[in-house]
Amino acid sequence: MSILVNKDTRVICQGVTGKVGEFHTRGCLDYGTRMVGGVTPGKGGETVAGLPVFNTVAEARDATGANATMIFVPPAFAADAILEAVGAGIELVIAITEGIPVLDMARVLPVVKDSASRLVGPNCPGVITPGQCKIGIMPGYIHTPGHVGVMSRSGTLTYEAVWQLTQLGHGQSTCVGLGGDPLVGSSFTDILALFQADPGTHSILMMGEIGGSAEEEAADFVKRHVTKPVAAFIAGRTAPPGKRMGHAGAIISGGKGTAEAKLAALRDAGIEIAESPADMGAAMVRAIERRT
Amino acid sequence: MKIHEYQAKDLLRAAGVPVLAGRVAATPEEAAAAFTALGTPVCAVKAQIHAGGRGKGQVPGSGQRGVELAKSSADAARIAKGLLGNSLVTAQTGPEGHVVRQVFVESGCGIDRELYCAVLVDRRAGSPVLIASTAGGMDIEEVAARTPELILSEPFDPDRGLAGWQARLLASRLGLPTASWRHAESFFRRLCAAFVALDASLLEINPLVLTKDGALVALDAKMTFDDNALFRHKDVAALRDADEEEPAETRAAAAGLSYVKLNGTIGCLVNGAGLAMSTMDLVKYHGGEPANFLDVGGGADVNQVTEAFRIILSDKHVKAILVNIFGGIMRCTTIANALIEASKTVGFTVPLVVRLEGTEVEEGKKILAASGTTIITADGLTDAARKVVAAAKA
Repeated sequence: MSILVNKDTRVICQGVTGKVGEFHTRGCLDYGTRMVGGVTPGKGGETVAGLPVFNTVAEARDATGANATMIFVPPAFAADAILEAVGAGIELVIAITEGIPVLDMARVLPVVKDSASRLVGPNCPGVITPGQCKIGIMPGYIHTPGHVGVMSRSGTLTYEAVWQLTQLGHGQSTCVGLGGDPLVGSSFTDILALFQADPGTHSILMMGEIGGSAEEEAADFVKRHVTKPVAAFIAGRTAPPGKRMGHAGAIISGGKGTAEAKLAALRDAGIEIAESPADMGAAMVRAIERRT
Repeated sequence: MKIHEYQAKDLLRAAGVPVLAGRVAATPEEAAAAFTALGTPVCAVKAQIHAGGRGKGQVPGSGQRGVELAKSSADAARIAKGLLGNSLVTAQTGPEGHVVRQVFVESGCGIDRELYCAVLVDRRAGSPVLIASTAGGMDIEEVAARTPELILSEPFDPDRGLAGWQARLLASRLGLPTASWRHAESFFRRLCAAFVALDASLLEINPLVLTKDGALVALDAKMTFDDNALFRHKDVAALRDADEEEPAETRAAAAGLSYVKLNGTIGCLVNGAGLAMSTMDLVKYHGGEPANFLDVGGGADVNQVTEAFRIILSDKHVKAILVNIFGGIMRCTTIANALIEASKTVGFTVPLVVRLEGTEVEEGKKILAASGTTIITADGLTDAARKVVAAAKA
């Protein structure tokens, strides 16, 4: 079992004819993902990586039965691409694009909320259910099928955590990259609810970072609704206030979003804390052992 | 991206938000002329730097405040002279302060009371929000922490804007006289519209002033923009003041790198923002002090890595460098070759500790070992951190 994606997920790529879109479409195909097509307006009829290209998402969905999309459309057009996917009724919309204006996302989120679609990202590495389906830019080989659900606001930090888990002999049920932007489609809380309900997920590892209050909300949710062992790491303990740390969302402003506040909330919810980034996998193991 | 107060007020004036008349001056003579031209009995002379807390801030030595009232043109010239070319230290600048290159001479007004308002994007609501408070002129963060009930907030849809009733609700809750409500409605709605039209990320008016004749005026204005949206606001992008930015950060941005200067001795070069932040944390956890945040991104090439090293080494406090790469899409062999190439061109003066993991890691390590460079390789994060901290202290 897993969440969001599995071996039956039928995936298209929006922006498939771009260099990056094509590269990662091939990477997903190599991993075994059921890629069924791509979309680039005006390039319908072409073929990329052996897949048919369509002009619109609606046409791609009708022809291929796609139920998930991976978006690599450039930032200026990405919000429209997300809305197109939602409009076409695609169930899972994964936006990889980095650099979408935040007010564009403020326009997109209410539309997603009122639809049956789920949005993951933007500015995220994607979603992977090891051995079954990879949608995104993560290196597939570091993952192993198993029972730890992983979620994070950061890409390479997730790879680090997954690698540590794999080396410790703990495979992953599904790994979800939430994205580093201030406004994203899915929060820790949304994914926690899915992991809690998934029988294939036995424990949960989350990587948060400074900025916003998503980690505090996650801690509150864990306290009230999650019975599975949870471990967490917060990046940016040493980051100074007022400075944006790469991600648009990773900034301490107005005394809010500090690592200390987040760690305190997580500890209060009984979550095992990784004190150093080298300790993420081990913290998950400690959380699991504490219960057994 | 941040801009100066006088620039923000130009943008607000153009958007129909009431601001006072004012002129920017780069010399005491210009400040005196501005005072005369404005023709009001009192003017405020305000240092223009990209940091708040100017009113309480001062120039070390002279004690000149960052904002002072002038009652004559000679007065304006004296204040400008005390500020221009000097460093102003405020609660937000750090001990070195910011050099004042311009002052804003602004006409006065009769103040009935001071309020606060700001527009920003609320992550929880997923939309922009107008925040207002009766606690004007004060440190709003303190107000939020101590008396959150004094902070009012109204979320609004970016395309529909703030509704008239929302503006009236705020006016009522702020205790504004009913005669001023139409001013408030116009002020708040135009402020929110300007925020959206300009793709701002913060628009803060502190204080927002109720004048003695019942109008609302933005007495101060702080504006920050969404860097990701600057591509559609060339006029705003042109307001960038490179003098106010850390030169190394500007240089990094030009090379497609994300760099933030810190105060430690261990330079960090990492791929990915989350891992870069974590690497700083790791260094600190093992007793070192990071000198910077640096994310080379997912697809860095030899040129970017070389430039990254140059930027890190331009900080004279750096005693050792830690390279931490988790090769995903970026192969470890690519980064190993880039490291060797960069070490030849840059010429390292400090120890370099490299930790590689991920795609083609074994080949990458072999390349480094065979290179004959003095690169110190590390196995795992903890080993890397210990080695770099030891190297920096040696």
